[in-house]
Amino acid sequence: MKSMFKLLRRHDKVQDGLKRSRESWFARVTQIVQRSRLDETLLEELEELLISADVGVATTAQIIERVRDKAEAQRLTDTSDAIELLKQEMVSLLSAKGTSIHSGQPPASGGPLVILAMGVNGVGKTTSVAKLAHYFKEQGNRVILAASDTFRAAAIDQLQAWGQRVGVDVIAHNPGGDPAAIAYDALEAARARGANVVLIDTAGRLHTKLNLMEEMKKITRVLSRLDPEAPHETILILDATTGQNGLAQARSFTEAMGCTGVFLAKLDGTARGGIVVAIVQELGLPVLFIGTGEAVEDMAPFDPGEFVEELFSPIS
Amino acid sequence: MFESLSEKLTAVFSRLSGKGRLTEKEVDEGLREVRLALLEADVNFRVARDFVQKVRERAVGSQVLESLSPGQQIVKIVNEELIVILGGESSKLVGSDHSPSVLMLAGLQGSGKTTTAAKLALHLKRDGHKVLLVAADLRRLAAVEQLETLGRQLDVPVYSEASDSSALNVCRRGVQKAKDIGAAWVILDTGGRLHIDDEMMEELEEIKKATSPSELLLVVDSMTGQDAVNSAQSFNERIGLTGLIMSKMDGDARGGAALSITQVTGLPVKFIGTGERAEALEAFHPDRLASRILGMGDILTLVERAQENMDQERAKEMERKIRSATFNLEDFLEQLHQIKRMGPLSQVLEMIPGFSSLSKRMSPEDLDGDHMKSLEAIVYSMTPKERRNPDILNGSRRRRIASGSGTTPQQVNQLLNQFRQMQKMMKQMSSGKMPRGIRSMFG
Repeated sequence: MKSMFKLLRRHDKVQDGLKRSRESWFARVTQIVQRSRLDETLLEELEELLISADVGVATTAQIIERVRDKAEAQRLTDTSDAIELLKQEMVSLLSAKGTSIHSGQPPASGGPLVILAMGVNGVGKTTSVAKLAHYFKEQGNRVILAASDTFRAAAIDQLQAWGQRVGVDVIAHNPGGDPAAIAYDALEAARARGANVVLIDTAGRLHTKLNLMEEMKKITRVLSRLDPEAPHETILILDATTGQNGLAQARSFTEAMGCTGVFLAKLDGTARGGIVVAIVQELGLPVLFIGTGEAVEDMAPFDPGEFVEELFSPIS
Repeated sequence: MFESLSEKLTAVFSRLSGKGRLTEKEVDEGLREVRLALLEADVNFRVARDFVQKVRERAVGSQVLESLSPGQQIVKIVNEELIVILGGESSKLVGSDHSPSVLMLAGLQGSGKTTTAAKLALHLKRDGHKVLLVAADLRRLAAVEQLETLGRQLDVPVYSEASDSSALNVCRRGVQKAKDIGAAWVILDTGGRLHIDDEMMEELEEIKKATSPSELLLVVDSMTGQDAVNSAQSFNERIGLTGLIMSKMDGDARGGAALSITQVTGLPVKFIGTGERAEALEAFHPDRLASRILGMGDILTLVERAQENMDQERAKEMERKIRSATFNLEDFLEQLHQIKRMGPLSQVLEMIPGFSSLSKRMSPEDLDGDHMKSLEAIVYSMTPKERRNPDILNGSRRRRIASGSGTTPQQVNQLLNQFRQMQKMMKQMSSGKMPRGIRSMFG
């Protein structure tokens, strides 16, 4: 597995910008480390650090509370010990639910593994689906894409272009077609062609639009005629720049579709994607992948340790 | 949109305004909660801190604490300061002296630029301008096709070139094309980019230099978190923006990013996007948004939307009826239909004074789904006479209505009770009092 560090470093052009923004970030962390004592002011500063990474007020308060308790119990007085403790706390939180997906192994039914990608508008679903297709193909799977975003203008063209680039088949109907019918056709095609992974790209929808959430449930109902367990994975694509609304998104998509994990896209900017910490804490959803750029290779399985290090350190 | 924030602030200050006098400590306690609410609304932590500090200075320094209603005074200060941050006056599009005026859009990937470009085109077209859209996003696969499709749907011409062209050339020739066809406005839809991507930012600089836009607007996703300030600041420093468009405001994002960015950059928000349809673009009104933040409703937007969706006469009639509270069940039914046309009821309710907390408490199913349908069915099963004069509804009439509408007599009773409460509330509202106990209204 490629490390997140290396993935980020590959983008030389973003290097300077990243450095700049991370330097000011680092300056703050350094300031904190240089405090001589573990006291309330230090904890408050750590709190602010987490909040400015979008971890959120409630989750931050809970994490800091646990750090405070443990620091007291262990009689820690050293600043760096406290920061180490905070990192450990966050890593163990982020690892608790695991971070792996079936790596293309056939599900119990024996049929292809069906993965549905969902999320609000503009988070990068289609690009992330292309990345997943590339990822599974690299692992030796035969992949089929379902262009079930029939709403957004030219979304089908976009997925077909990705399909060509990645070298996988795309099942598509006309714009305005029935997303569930396309998913159904894709699963049938996968069986006929001996493919073992089906990736369904769905239209972006705000989680507050009930009719659109209902429409998505129909995909599950229709697929269940072919495979009662499908889709086996329902992945929420989340934009790393998203703030506290990410939690509401995760909650609604989980309620509607039984979300099985999160793909954290667009982590190559200056946003830190801390909202996933709140999502793991509140909903217990695992974070599965991160997206770090526009090319299909720009993704990696989520690594809690590296994610937390990223929160606290600059790229050097 | 901002309902959760306004809910919090309303809760904090209704507790404060219940008291006669406030100590400094009590003010701090209230303001601490304001700060937390702002943070939860994704307002940047520095902006939230400064904001609370400012409010505190004004509150403690003045005679607020000695006044009879200190809580309300603080609400007033918070309101005023919010308007100051949000940009004071509402801000319009500025054209250039010579046609075509160039409007350039920029933003991060997925912020909603292409959709917004189409919305702006429709907006300008409806104002009687000839518009040309320019597809300058050559990087994202099928972005050009997307704009072309939207252009076709709106009957607005789109200028595009093959994907091996450059964004700069497309924009340059697009503006020339606009000149040739006599367009008053030309909208440049540029590709999404990271604010730290030097090469891509340079491209924007070049486009700006070559086309001298009179408007250079940053499209910001209203769901953006703490980083909103960083990216907006970078874009502004690099290419000099003229304003912002907040997209996806129709979700439940609290939109604190709007507050943070306007505070840090001083840029006005010019429009907000409130849906996927091309019509879903609204002018931004700082004062209305501020009062909405404070849970004071947005009756002006409501009336405006009503005007857009029904003829003037009906709108006046509706406003008169809301204000005078003389409506009967027939009006109730008619309103149900008209309100439905204005958009999801949950959204409409937020704009009515005192209703924002109500709409939050009710699930969207209650507001827009089956519940509304059965309300409708009940009223439909009444005779016109009964609708105009609900007082004649005795037990047997209620049973008949229940079986006619496939509901139960209890549901009919419930509706009548709710209707009476609503009448009462409207009376209170029209006499200037805030409604009480409206939460029980929809059961």
